[in-house]
Amino acid sequence: MKTTRTFGRFTAALGVSVLALTACGGSGDDTSADAENDTEQDTAAPEASGELTVWVDADRAEVLADAAADFEADTGIAVDLVQQDFGEIRDQFVSQVPTGEGPDIAVGAHDWLGVLVTNGVVAPVELGDAAADFVEVATDAFTYDGQIYGVPYSIENIALLRNTELVDETPETFQEMVELGEASGAEYPFVVGLDPQAADPYHLYPFQMSFGAPVFGQNDDGSYNAEELLIGNEGGLEFADWLAEQGSAGVLNTNIDGDLAAETFNDGDAAFLLTGPWNVPAAEEAGISVAVDPIPAAGDEDAQPFAGVQGFFLSSQSENVVAATTFMTDYIGSPEVQTALYEAGGRAPALTESFEAALAEDEIVAGFGEVGAEAVPMPSIPEMGAVWDYWGATEAAIINGEGDPAELWNQMAEDIAGAIE
Amino acid sequence: MAQRITRESARSASDDLRRRRRRAATFVAATAPGWKLMLFKIVVLGLLCATALYAALVLFFSDRWLVGSLVILGAVALTWIYLQRGALPAKYLAPGLVFLLIFQIFVVLYSGYVAFTNYGTGHNSTKEHAVSAIMLQNQHRVPDSPAYPVSVLESSGDLIGGDELHFAVVDSEGEVLIGADEEPLEPAESAEVTDGRVTAAEGYEVLEFADLLNRQQEITSLVVPLSEDPNDGYLRTQDGQRAYVYTSGYVYDEDADTMTHAESGTVYRDTGEGAFVSENGEQLMPGWRVHVGMDNFVRAVTEDSIRSPLIYVTLWTFAFAFLSVATTFILGLFLAMVFNDSRMKSRKYYRLVMILPYAFPGFLSALVWAGMMNQEFGFINNVLFGGAAIPWLTDPWLAKVSILIVNLWLGFPYMFLVCTGALQAIPDELTEAAQMDGATPFQAFRAIKLPLLLTSLAPLLISSFAFNFNNFNLVYMLTGGGPRDVSAGVNVGSTDILISMVYKVAFVGARADYGLASAFSILIFLIVGTISVIAFRRTKALEELN
Repeated sequence: MKTTRTFGRFTAALGVSVLALTACGGSGDDTSADAENDTEQDTAAPEASGELTVWVDADRAEVLADAAADFEADTGIAVDLVQQDFGEIRDQFVSQVPTGEGPDIAVGAHDWLGVLVTNGVVAPVELGDAAADFVEVATDAFTYDGQIYGVPYSIENIALLRNTELVDETPETFQEMVELGEASGAEYPFVVGLDPQAADPYHLYPFQMSFGAPVFGQNDDGSYNAEELLIGNEGGLEFADWLAEQGSAGVLNTNIDGDLAAETFNDGDAAFLLTGPWNVPAAEEAGISVAVDPIPAAGDEDAQPFAGVQGFFLSSQSENVVAATTFMTDYIGSPEVQTALYEAGGRAPALTESFEAALAEDEIVAGFGEVGAEAVPMPSIPEMGAVWDYWGATEAAIINGEGDPAELWNQMAEDIAGAIE
Repeated sequence: MAQRITRESARSASDDLRRRRRRAATFVAATAPGWKLMLFKIVVLGLLCATALYAALVLFFSDRWLVGSLVILGAVALTWIYLQRGALPAKYLAPGLVFLLIFQIFVVLYSGYVAFTNYGTGHNSTKEHAVSAIMLQNQHRVPDSPAYPVSVLESSGDLIGGDELHFAVVDSEGEVLIGADEEPLEPAESAEVTDGRVTAAEGYEVLEFADLLNRQQEITSLVVPLSEDPNDGYLRTQDGQRAYVYTSGYVYDEDADTMTHAESGTVYRDTGEGAFVSENGEQLMPGWRVHVGMDNFVRAVTEDSIRSPLIYVTLWTFAFAFLSVATTFILGLFLAMVFNDSRMKSRKYYRLVMILPYAFPGFLSALVWAGMMNQEFGFINNVLFGGAAIPWLTDPWLAKVSILIVNLWLGFPYMFLVCTGALQAIPDELTEAAQMDGATPFQAFRAIKLPLLLTSLAPLLISSFAFNFNNFNLVYMLTGGGPRDVSAGVNVGSTDILISMVYKVAFVGARADYGLASAFSILIFLIVGTISVIAFRRTKALEELN
């Protein structure tokens, strides 16, 4: 009897604290920290104290912990690193920032910018002259509507992996690559992971680009123009025909998904694999001797892949803009931190100085990095969502021969144009 | 004789009564608030109130009056409940009610509330935030303008304006310029400059970095005009070290509540849609959250791009849920009867194996099945069908069959379990009696066992229907709603059920639309609720029949 009551009271106490916590929409500590900041701003204490909250994924946390310790030693401002699952950060950031419970800084990918800016949760960060210290594709990717939002730290893109025991020369064109692959006697000359229903527009994009059919036109500052939809142009139709051709020839096969593609390559059954750096460690572990080649063009132009750029965003509701900007530009943007982030995560750094050092050090990184420096940023404008909706399904249908390629492609271009309006 | 018995029983009855009274007395003594218990009560409730008070103060400071008052109210209610005598039911129920309120009622009411707003991408926050975000996003740095190393100054002495902040910069000719809010940059007489940065100025105090950090918001919101001409732009700093010249893309007129584009002069007005809208209907993003009444519900049934797939998806959802329940129930019942037959040897082990699919996490099984159904490399085509290219997941009709097959695999163990239980509760005598009357085993099953089974299993079948109606995991993991008819022009596939379509509306694609998705959720709830109510009514009729 007694214990039940005690327990009841304990749960009740817990209940109210939970009520208080959930009502804050975050942790109680954050709120109290904010309250402290407010009072300190009024009294203007000589000693700077306060707290920056940074959302970071597990792989980045350790490096940032060092940078945060330096920052605290230099400025007296503590940095609270909150580990989050990378995939969750975008939506959490969008929903938490307006409540005032969001972080000051969050790690993220550049293609989130469309959603973040449309929701008004990120603030531009003026890099000033420091912008020129970054690899161009990185700052282009972080540019949205003429402004740079955040500090980039890494560039990630796909390139062509070659099994050097099967083929010992770098192919110039797609056709040449297939021929080399066939001559090598491998079961599959070339593999790329495709989904039976959604193909993979990301991996197929370099080939599309080689026919001169980017999704959107680019403005002078590298940002994309949603009003200039180019996907349905002449080049796009040529690309559609090419897809159908490769589909019926069996070079592109939607039944080989990403895992299967990596597996066949790792088993030595495929001469070439189009993929990103994430599949290299497994291939090397499987004993494959890997070389990284530029992506061979299928059309007349360069086969530029999409680049994905990761970096740090500044919250538009941050109450510590001076501290947050200083931490982002002077610490995260420093060669030491950029190199440390590269060493921890294996992605090519965004800062030119660290980028070049990383390229000189590692052949694989150099191979991807050279392709990446020529890559185009994946469009981050919200209209891109409409493109993804239709793009992959149409590519899969064309590869699988489910209709006239030109008709399907035109239909897709119309649907996308309709969805954007 | 009879008298003695009566007397004895009377005595024992009075003994019994006395004993009970004594027990009741100790009971009361034990439950009466002794001083230890009272002290304990006061300490715990004191802690509770202190926590609540602290939380409420923090909330009030951040202007969350409603939530803060609720916390206070909650704490007062709990204290009242536990301090008074009696009210035992309330004492037991209070903790559970608190959790119910937070984790169930609040969530349900909130989804209901969202259904009447335009919450989604671009309508994420308040109007105030939207205005400041538009201003921030459209403030552009003047092309080719220099970056100024800036010093932040505070007027010292008894000058008017007390601790007003100023920016001090050095221009390209080496002249020191000082300005403040609405005070354009002016040359300063005596100032010291070290490394291109102002380190001292007469009448001012230069702020150290630590001081900057304490006045961050003042500094970052300080706008210093470059000159009297507003078109020249203004100086702002983000880090207190470097200032840049910006011009605003939009001008917000607070009184008229309009946004005006600085160059073209286009006026955007708040028309109550949750965004600034120009005369030709162009919206400025970000907008803000507003109540839209029944708009979302109206859209759910009238908007063309939603309406045409909606009918199709609703039909398939019903078919899917009904067929899933029917197939799993039939197979589960069949197996239960087979393994319930006493002539079957080693039944225990078979039963164990039968339950295995139930023991695996559902989404994992769905993923494995997706791999096995791969057209070219999947186990089913390669091994079972000798290399045939059956498009299990890519043909619109076959994909529907596949999803039912996989759901059968996932769902029959549950039906098998509950049927086994129900079957064992039916006395064997009934079957025997039927056999004596000359009924065939099928007749005995049809006329006796099945009705009895259905009485106890009908509620489970209904809940299974409701579960499958919203079986998101399976659809998402196995087909993702596909295959899609690419010529149809909508992002809805042939195996999409209502809940997976809602997911696509809310989280996939160009625009997340939580308002519309919540409206759909409410519609789904109404459908499932109605069906369940009708079905339960009929079950009751079934019970009365028996």
